[in-house]
Amino acid sequence: MQIVTPEFGLIFWQLVIFLVVLFLLAKFAWKPILSSLKEREDSIETALRMADQAKLEMQLLKASNEKLLAEARQERDRMLHEATQMATQLIDQAKNKATEEGGRMIVQAREAIQNEKNAALAEVKNTAAQLSIDIAERILRRELTDSAAQQQLVDSYLKDVKLN
Amino acid sequence: MLLMKRLLIALFCILSLPVFANEPAATQAEATEKEAFNPGEMILHHIGDSHEWHWFSTDNNHLTTYLPIIAYRPGQGLTVFSSKRIAEGEAYEGLKLEHEHLVAEDGGKVYDFSLTKNAFALLLSSIMMLVVFSIVANGYKKRQGSAPKGLQSFMEPIIMFIRDEIAKKSIGPKYERYMPYLLTVFFFIWFNNLLGLTPGAANLTGNIAVTLTLAMLTLLITLFSSNKYYWGHIFATPGVPMWLRPIMIPVELIGVITKPFSLMVRLFANITAGHIVILSFISLIFIFRSIAVAPVSLAFGLFINVLELLVAILQAYIFTLLTAMYIGGAVEEHHDADLQIGGGDGAAPAHGHGH
Repeated sequence: MQIVTPEFGLIFWQLVIFLVVLFLLAKFAWKPILSSLKEREDSIETALRMADQAKLEMQLLKASNEKLLAEARQERDRMLHEATQMATQLIDQAKNKATEEGGRMIVQAREAIQNEKNAALAEVKNTAAQLSIDIAERILRRELTDSAAQQQLVDSYLKDVKLN
Repeated sequence: MLLMKRLLIALFCILSLPVFANEPAATQAEATEKEAFNPGEMILHHIGDSHEWHWFSTDNNHLTTYLPIIAYRPGQGLTVFSSKRIAEGEAYEGLKLEHEHLVAEDGGKVYDFSLTKNAFALLLSSIMMLVVFSIVANGYKKRQGSAPKGLQSFMEPIIMFIRDEIAKKSIGPKYERYMPYLLTVFFFIWFNNLLGLTPGAANLTGNIAVTLTLAMLTLLITLFSSNKYYWGHIFATPGVPMWLRPIMIPVELIGVITKPFSLMVRLFANITAGHIVILSFISLIFIFRSIAVAPVSLAFGLFINVLELLVAILQAYIFTLLTAMYIGGAVEEHHDADLQIGGGDGAAPAHGHGH
């Protein structure tokens, strides 16, 4: 019977000591331990969340990078295309211009040739006329001396002229 | 197969123990001169409290630590002296021990505040707890934000288990207020259960005064944190017809008391029973007066002792879990759905009336 009869003294000591232990542990052990645990859990959670966020940001960055790259590629292609186009255009233009210029020069040359030719012909005509006059002059002068010789002379002159 | 056989033998031994235990007691009356071994008396002496700390005895000598007697007698005031003065049954300052019970010679009232073996063990284990957990708390201060180490890493999973599996699940969002009590009660019971298994130590958690105090604290915390739903459940149990209330209200009120009562008895009985079983196995050697019984006794004693190591933490867990459940039942916010179902506790497993 004694073991199931609570002793008053022990209840007293148990109550006092347990409450003191409870108070001391609550203040100096459980409070810092639980708050540290919570702090650590919170920091782990924040770290995880931040890692997730960083991953998301990385993905976004990668996507935007890729977009930029694609845009740049497109731009480059466009620029290349434009440059080619411009180059061909320029070449064409130059070619056209050259042809035109050539044509114009040929025409000019032709004109010049024609002019020269005309001038030459005129000069020939002039020279021929001069010669004719000279011949005529000489004939006229010979006629005054001998008519047979005059005829011979005229013939020889004419022969000369023909040779010319 | 071998284990089964051993268990059967163990069972047989336990069942037949009272016969052996009674035999010497019966013969003792006839032959009082022959000092027969009385296992019942020995066991009760070992599991009970005492005013001195008896370590061991040889044939002629006893190694005993005498603890202070502190007695208060109305009119005479406080008396303090060493228990050595009354150890052999003599009286000192009008006080004497009768079966480890302090009484006054003149039959007056005595309030015994002595630092008994249990009170002394309580002091020692409390100091041990304070030392252990200040080391753990220091670890958190020293390694703020980094991984736990040593004693800290041993205690951390247990503390987290109590927080996550016991407090959070049983109490709910208001668990934080009750964490200090739950943690203290868990480690107090566990430490003292383990210390109680140490040879020569006191059987503190197997003492009804200690479990009574712990259960009372649980009851007080439950009552002081109870809300209107808790009392509503007691005085107007949902789903119970009006005419049944005169029966239901006393039943529910008794339920308030039986919860801590069961806590008190469960811890006391489990720990005391474990000690009794171990001591019984050891007693077998002296009952048979044969050294040949020793190996068997020791094997079973060891088996039960290892089992008691498990029981030590299990009982601490159960006490803490049930305390958390009772608190959880008191602070729980009921939903309207409960009233419609009217099933009472069936729908809410956290109540646990049956424990």
